[in-house]
Amino acid sequence: MALPDSPRTAVSNPPTQTFIENLGPGDVIKRSATERLPKPQRELTPVAKLIDVSKCIGCKACQSACIEWNDTHPAVGENVGVYTNPHDLSSEMFTLMRFEEWDNPDTGNLEWLIRKDGCMHCAEPGCLEACPSPGAIVQYSNGIVDFDHDNCIGCGYCIKGCPFDIPRVSKTDHKAYKCTLCSDRVAVGQGPACAKACPTKAITFGTKEDMKALASERITDLKSRGYENAGLYDPEGVGGTHVMYVLHHADKPHIYSDLVDKPKVSPVVHAWKGATRTAGLAAVGLAAVAALAHGLFARADKVTAEDDARAREVLDKGEPGNRA
Amino acid sequence: MTNNELIEPGDEILPGDPPRIVRYPPAVRINHWITATAMVLLILSGVAMFWPPLFFLTAIFGGGQWARFLHPWIGVILVVSFAILASRFWRGNLWLRADLDWSAHIGDLVSGHEERMPEIGKFNAGQKFVFWVMMLLILAMLASGLVIWQEYFGGMTSIPVQREALLVHWIGASLIILVLILHVYAGIWVRGSFDAMVRGWVSPGWAWRHHRLWFRRLAGRSESPGDAPV
Repeated sequence: MALPDSPRTAVSNPPTQTFIENLGPGDVIKRSATERLPKPQRELTPVAKLIDVSKCIGCKACQSACIEWNDTHPAVGENVGVYTNPHDLSSEMFTLMRFEEWDNPDTGNLEWLIRKDGCMHCAEPGCLEACPSPGAIVQYSNGIVDFDHDNCIGCGYCIKGCPFDIPRVSKTDHKAYKCTLCSDRVAVGQGPACAKACPTKAITFGTKEDMKALASERITDLKSRGYENAGLYDPEGVGGTHVMYVLHHADKPHIYSDLVDKPKVSPVVHAWKGATRTAGLAAVGLAAVAALAHGLFARADKVTAEDDARAREVLDKGEPGNRA
Repeated sequence: MTNNELIEPGDEILPGDPPRIVRYPPAVRINHWITATAMVLLILSGVAMFWPPLFFLTAIFGGGQWARFLHPWIGVILVVSFAILASRFWRGNLWLRADLDWSAHIGDLVSGHEERMPEIGKFNAGQKFVFWVMMLLILAMLASGLVIWQEYFGGMTSIPVQREALLVHWIGASLIILVLILHVYAGIWVRGSFDAMVRGWVSPGWAWRHHRLWFRRLAGRSESPGDAPV
């Protein structure tokens, strides 16, 4: 049997057999601010992280694992009376459990909804489209969208491109950060740190196909328990995502701490990079050509000898020469 | 006095042969060229972030991070410098009925028949257009630029507002470059205009040809400079 090109699970220990290291330049299928990209050398199997919200107990092991693996140092927080801690994603916190108390109007139950927020690894990433710096954001053929900090200029365009409000620019090194889907682990056959740390298997990792199959089992189970709107969150508006949720109320994603119901890259972002830029470049180009042509073919507006003479007359008389 | 007859501080006729007519005193020229330098640097660093094939221009500033860092600060310099320039120029650029008349004859100007144009003061309608449109665009660039200045103002507005601000900034930038092409080209095509902003003075013939009312006022005010010793 051929060796797998991506880890099939996050739970197993590192593979002992030889694993062909991947996620190199030959696996890049999209690169920010780069139109002509060399053809990828191979096609990796798409991977996905599945977050089953119904199995999450809110322990934050995933956050701790993320901090540890990525060696980030979020500041010590302040308790403001909610479980969400830190209060938001940051350049030091790539994933965050968001806690929401939701009053279910149908059952009268108070439901505690906990959603692990972070980069969704969109198939059509708005961050990558918005990024002006060549190679600062790349997408690999297995679906992982990754930031290359050597190329990041810290402009924050990715923040504007993202439909999920995920990237954060560091105040320290002025580069943008987000979840990498542990690309550095996946590349050598290990699953993401968060998935590995999760004690309830609310976070699982594998091929996207396997994760969808697992999700559908879970959804069937949830439906049999009365969650008739249980479903998979793999939004089409961004071409599907490589981080997916199983939601017990998939008909209203927004109740999960404002998860976007129908995410898509803003038309305004398409407008910058599409019509606006084309029109701007065309107009400037035309104007430059027109000016050049006029300069070459039309006579320059030069002062004539007559102008000089008339001017001297006025000066010699020392009067305004109103009737000149 | 209408602004058509306005003489700005420092405008004067210096005796000599030929007499030199001071149009822009040194402080104004320095002010103008600081503004112009800032504008060029803004365009170079801006287009690098606007269009990837020009990203290499960030090397002028020391790389992408430096270009991103410097661009807004150069913008601040431009705004301050332009404001100082505008505090001198605004009066002379007030729009008059006569400017409509001049604008109606723009075809004569372009086709080389400036003698058919109505007499005008220190600034013609084209210059006034450049002045006011530039002021509006710079204000739009300032407002939208502050919104997308990630380092200091990144968290102050919502992301949808930032997206729109960037769109405004890009459209504004395109328009500014268009106006700038007009401005620079006019300065080159109308021979002597560039010199006015470099050395500060113009010849009497130039003033007669292009800004006759301004010239008449200056001549009427001075004491027979043409009779000055050669």
